[in-house]
Amino acid sequence: MALDTNARAAATAAAPETLLASPDMPTQAQIVDEIAGRHAELAKEAKGGAELPATTLDFAAYRSSILRHPTKGAYIVDPETIELHSPAYGERDVAAIESDLTAHHSGEPLGERITVEGTIRDSRGKALPSQLVEIWQANSAGRYIHQRDRHPAPLDPHFTGAGRAITDSEGRYRFTTIKPGPYPWKNHRNAWRPAHIHFSVFGRAFTQRLVTQMYFPGDPLFALDPIYNTIRLQEDRDRLVAAYDHDSSKPEFSMAYRFDIVVDGPDATWFDHGGEA
Amino acid sequence: MAAKLRPTPGQTVGPFFAFGLQYDGMREAAHPYSPGAVMLSGRVLDGAGAPVPDALVEIFGADADGSVPTARGALQRDERGFTGFGRAPTDDEGRFYFWTREPGATAGAAPFFATVVFARGLPRHLHTRIYVPVDDAALAADPLLARLDERERATLVATRTDDGNLVHDIHLQGERETVFLGY
Repeated sequence: MALDTNARAAATAAAPETLLASPDMPTQAQIVDEIAGRHAELAKEAKGGAELPATTLDFAAYRSSILRHPTKGAYIVDPETIELHSPAYGERDVAAIESDLTAHHSGEPLGERITVEGTIRDSRGKALPSQLVEIWQANSAGRYIHQRDRHPAPLDPHFTGAGRAITDSEGRYRFTTIKPGPYPWKNHRNAWRPAHIHFSVFGRAFTQRLVTQMYFPGDPLFALDPIYNTIRLQEDRDRLVAAYDHDSSKPEFSMAYRFDIVVDGPDATWFDHGGEA
Repeated sequence: MAAKLRPTPGQTVGPFFAFGLQYDGMREAAHPYSPGAVMLSGRVLDGAGAPVPDALVEIFGADADGSVPTARGALQRDERGFTGFGRAPTDDEGRFYFWTREPGATAGAAPFFATVVFARGLPRHLHTRIYVPVDDAALAADPLLARLDERERATLVATRTDDGNLVHDIHLQGERETVFLGY
């Protein structure tokens, strides 16, 4: 790379919202082609014996990844001391009302009231209690409350869209919220993100840290979305789609979705560092 | 033993994470006025050397005696204890900072902050380490650093400033690309 990185870094940064649009604004058809082409390349590499991560860092159809993904591949290391532990949370860290995103203001938000619940497990199937779960999302019109979001859809004075919960003794969490709307972005012309809720969890070792997105079943935008498709295998993409759970829906009140999360673990060196304090 | 469950794949943190992930005192693993507190700061830069203004850096570090903090309440900061965990979104110049304690060494390894980087444009998070610039012998004996060449090692070891604080830039890509880790 010929660029003088120090000189560039010293320059004053552009306002972040100006960075949100891709430089070339390709068509949706071109993005779909690029997704298919990249998936085919990755399938070939996997067939050739390459061990590929579930999420592809080098995925140019997601334009803002081009200059932001590492090119050198991860060094595989044995996790040491601090990496085998996780920041400690307990029930006192989060108030119960933080898991009800419809109750954070003086009135009811607009939109389709839903519950999202699930269990957090490690890859051996062990449920993880006392886990901090953080979520954030757009409102029912697809607008984020973030000051840089310029999408001309209405803000909802009764909805912020951020929530927290701590998993119970059986690793379960539960949120009440509003179904988010699809969100327009500037990766390409007429680009829309499938409706999604961002999730952040820690696991029991810092190596298990996970931030991901939960989607809703049957979304027609899946095939068009480069972010969802940074995950190369359909079976892994399916893991991010919540299941509609009719038995947990409340009559005349809310529709229910189930989203179980499995955090990865350093398997060989796994040890138990204590349960609930 | 049950079959290994397939992990949930990661996705980008996106551009608008701040309102979902911020909390009071998130940059202060230790209170700035507490004994032994140091500032760890730096920038997140892209492959063209431009600042990344929508990244999020998290650190988790041992206490000064090398012990792992296990006190609950990492989210409800009370300005006294030490939880070891800090979270810092970058500003418009790509800068982040934390107040924390310098982790003490553990047997056979140089002390470091376990570090995770998230950003818009980063399809999933990255793990790395920020090593404390202790003496060269201790760094050379570290199992990971010993495997790296000089360029790579430099991307993982913080610099001590004249006022005793720590500075460390994270390069997502490019000639000075940070060494990222898998487990």
